[in-house]
This record gives sequence, C-alpha cells and structure tokens, in this order.
Amino acid sequence: MNEFQSVLAIAYRDFVKFLRDRNRLIATFIFPILFIGVLGTSFQSGLGDALGYDYRLFVFLGVIGQTLFQSTAAGIISLTEDREQDFSQEIFVSPISRFTIVIGKIFGETLVAMSQVIGIVLFGFIIQVPFSVGAVLAMLPFFLIVCFFGGAFGILVVSFLGAGRGAREVFPFLIFPQFFLAGVFNPIKDIGLPLNILTYMAPMRYGVDVLRSVYYSGSSAYDKVVLLPLWMNLLIIVGLGSVMFVYGTYRFTTKEQNR
Amino acid sequence: MNAIIVKDLVKKYHKSEQNAVDGISFDVKEGEFFALLGPNGAGKTTTISILTTILSKTSGEITVAGFDLERQSSDVRRRVGIIFQNPSLDENLTAEENIRLHCILYGLFPFKVTYNGMPGEYKERVKELTEVLGLSEKEMFQAIKTFSGGMKRKLEIIRSLMHKPHVLFLDEPTIGLDPLSRKNLWDYLTEIRKKDKMTVFLTTHYLDEAENVDRVCIINKGKIVSIGAPQEIKNSLTEHYILVDADERLKLRMELEEKRLQFKDGDFPVKVILEGRSAQEVIKMIDTPLSLLTIHQPSLEEAYLQIVGEK
Repeated sequence: MNEFQSVLAIAYRDFVKFLRDRNRLIATFIFPILFIGVLGTSFQSGLGDALGYDYRLFVFLGVIGQTLFQSTAAGIISLTEDREQDFSQEIFVSPISRFTIVIGKIFGETLVAMSQVIGIVLFGFIIQVPFSVGAVLAMLPFFLIVCFFGGAFGILVVSFLGAGRGAREVFPFLIFPQFFLAGVFNPIKDIGLPLNILTYMAPMRYGVDVLRSVYYSGSSAYDKVVLLPLWMNLLIIVGLGSVMFVYGTYRFTTKEQNR
Repeated sequence: MNAIIVKDLVKKYHKSEQNAVDGISFDVKEGEFFALLGPNGAGKTTTISILTTILSKTSGEITVAGFDLERQSSDVRRRVGIIFQNPSLDENLTAEENIRLHCILYGLFPFKVTYNGMPGEYKERVKELTEVLGLSEKEMFQAIKTFSGGMKRKLEIIRSLMHKPHVLFLDEPTIGLDPLSRKNLWDYLTEIRKKDKMTVFLTTHYLDEAENVDRVCIINKGKIVSIGAPQEIKNSLTEHYILVDADERLKLRMELEEKRLQFKDGDFPVKVILEGRSAQEVIKMIDTPLSLLTIHQPSLEEAYLQIVGEK
C-alpha cells in the first residue's frame, strides 16, 4: 500500500516540478511548433501528393510518439540531477523499494509527457492537421505504453552512464539520431537493408510505429506508413521495455551503492 | 542496549587502492549522543553513508536499531532519520510539500494532491512545525528557494523527525552555516534530544561541537585513533601543565630542579608538567615569587591536533 502511495507522491513531485519550471514549459512547445508547423507544412506543400498520404499527419503522429518516448526518457535522466542536488538521497534512504522509486519517476514523467502531447494536439488543431480526435483518443492507452518504454530506456541509459553530467551530456547523442532512425519526420519504409538494420536498433522506432499502426489501422495509407503490425510492435515494446526496466533499475541502484 | 553496532567495518572504493574505512569497530548506546570526528578524507562520510544504507560496505558486520544493515535494510531505513552533508530538500517544492512527500514515503499518511486533502492529524503536525520553525503559515507554503541556509537545515531536521526515528544521523550538519545559525541549530538539536531521548550520531570536523557529546570517536585515514568521553580523551592525550615565570629566573629554575618537578627547559615562561598532581599542589611547592602563572586548560582541539598530526 505504501509503495503505491509512494509512486503517486514521487510522480506528483515530478509533475509539480515540471509545472513550476517556466523554461521547460516553453521549450516543450517550441519543438512541436518547429517540427509539425514549419517542417511538416513546408514538406507537405513540396511533396504533397507524391507520398500518397498527408505528410503533416505523418509528422504529427511521429512527434507525438517521439515526445512521449523522449520526454519520459529525459525525465528519468533527471534522477542524476536529483543525485547532484542530493535530493535523491532523501528518496533513496526512504524505506520503499527501488523499483517503486523508478516506477514513480516514470509515472511522473508520463504525466509530463502527456501534458506535452495535449499541447501538440492543440497546436495540430490550430494549424489544421487533418487528424481525427476520436482516433487520437483511442491511442491513449498506447501513449502510456510508449511512455513506459521511454522510461525503461531512460533508466537503462542512467544505469550505464551513472550519475552526474555524463548521462546528461551523452543522452542527446543517444536520442537525436533516433529521430531519424525512428522515422519521426522522415519515411523510413524503403531505405534499404543496411540503414534498415540501424532503424531496428533504435527503440524509439517502435514507440512511433506503434502509434501509427493504431491510427492508420484500416486506412488506405496503412501500408505506405506503418512498418510493423501492431502486435509485433507491442510485443517488442513490452518485452524489451520490461528487460530494460528491470535490468536498468537493478543496475542503477546497485551501482549507486557499490561504488 | 546498543543502537548501533559496528564490527570490523571495511570500505574500499572501486577506483581506490586504499581502504577509505579500514577495519573500524564501535558501539553506540541507545539514547547516546555520539560524534565521529576527523579531518577531511578521514572516512566519516563513508562510514555514515554505509550506516544509512546509501553505500554498501566491503566487509564487516553492522546492526542499526536492532536490524542487520545488509539483510534488513528496509527495516533500518524505517527507523533512522538522516541529515545529509549537502541539503537534500527539493527546491522546487514548498516547505510543506517537502514534509508531505517525506511523510508519504515513510507510510505515515496516504497521498493527497493538496494540503487541504490531507488528514487533520497531519495538518496539526504541520502547524506545530510552523511554530517551531518560526515561520508564518504563508511561508510554510512558499517555495524553499527563498529560505536561509539555517532555516533549510532546520526544516531538514524537522522532516527527518516526522517518522520518529530511533537514530538520527547528522553528517556535518552545520557546514556552511554562519555562527548564529550554527548556534541556533545546536540549541534546537539539544532541545529535541532532551525531549525525545533519541540516539544521535554526528559527524563533524568542528571540535567545539564534539566537546558537548557523550562520546567521541576520532578517526583518521580510515582508522579509529581514539574513542571515549571528550574529557577522557583530553585527559589521556593532552599534557596538563602550568606556565610560570619569575623575576629571579635562575632561582626559579634551580628550585624546580631541586624539587624534581618536571619542566621543559628553554624559553620563559617555563612549562611545568603536572604529572598527575593538581595545579594547586604544584603551585604550593614553588617558593620563588612568581611574576606569571597560567594554568593550562587542555582542549579537545589540542588532543585532536596531536592525534591527527602524529598519524
């Protein structure tokens, strides 16, 4: 019971921290504006019908997947920030399970990522991205799954890079290439085998593709956009995510103690 | 009963060739005020980090509040309160939110999003704390970024006492505080000790702080150099002497020799070692009229410098 309450408390703390950080709030909305607004709109007018599907919608869904994955992963990296500020010591000496701490952190960052998605959806509405509100709402449970996956990726990264500046400095190098390997704003369906192998190695790919596989399900654009069937994406996310979560949490906590 | 039992504790960091803590053993009795004293790098923070489950030991046996540190770490955590060397408050939260988070992590109250949703008992305790901290009710609900260093320390102590710990660990709690804040904090600690009769384990490199504890353990380079009541350490490790001078210095020196009093020859004033006698007895033995007489009061600082300097 206490573990559940603690998850809520840790998540609450993370969410409050986000709401009170004005710079982070502003930065949250700048990227979607650039990606969906500027990139999406300009490519749509250039490529237009050649793709056979709406490019802005493609980017819109890609950015939602990328935001959920990246925001949660980046939030978990903040465990190292806490470590520097020594606040994590207060959490780590409390009598709760180490897994509870990481779950609480992932849950908190999920709330942060979800509120960012609300911003993206509103922005998409303003610039008239042709999306269906009902279909976006139907993706909600999958949003949570992508967040968990991002969080699991984050804790694995932290567990290898350790506390301190290392993780924060290396993290962008691990996340930015995934924008392209995951096909957030570039179609990667027919890019040839060598590059395709690389895309399979980018976890974000599955986070983005799972949302597109839900959204485009039954539509004519499905075959042109979606990379893997829904079940396969889910299997990879749940399987790989669970391994990353358990191993990352175990490694992170033991590494902290066994210095 | 002992609140803390440490047997042959060794800690060797992965990247280090030497042991940071090198086979130390000591007990802390229940209700005792115990200080671990030593220079920077002596192994104080390493020891307290191990005792508070933050760091794992290389070898040794440790019991805290009756629980084995390794096998029952969760039980240990539930029963100890910790004040870290660096502030561990969340600067983004208000004072009340910091306290609320702590209470929930320790299972004292269920989680509620707002203060208003929390049970009456919690609100009562927060109200009491507001008074202890000397804060206005409004300040309790402000982000702690604006608080002074002393105030933050006090808030941390209050937070660590919320779950009524058996043992309170303080790792150099007054570091970075101005003298007034240090004194205030010290008075407050003394007060809560008297009231709650809890075991307090302190690390410090301020000697004056260690003067007032029940027992002090001096460590240097990972080893225990001396352990006992501050007075015992002073007695066993420092010289007790008087300083004397006279207009007729030759006569004084001859008299000291004649009466077989041990003194350090050289500059004046002369240092006469008491050798177990009281200062009064020695003074009575000297007939030469004195122009100066100083009774030396040994301090823990002297003992400490002697120990740390020697090793």
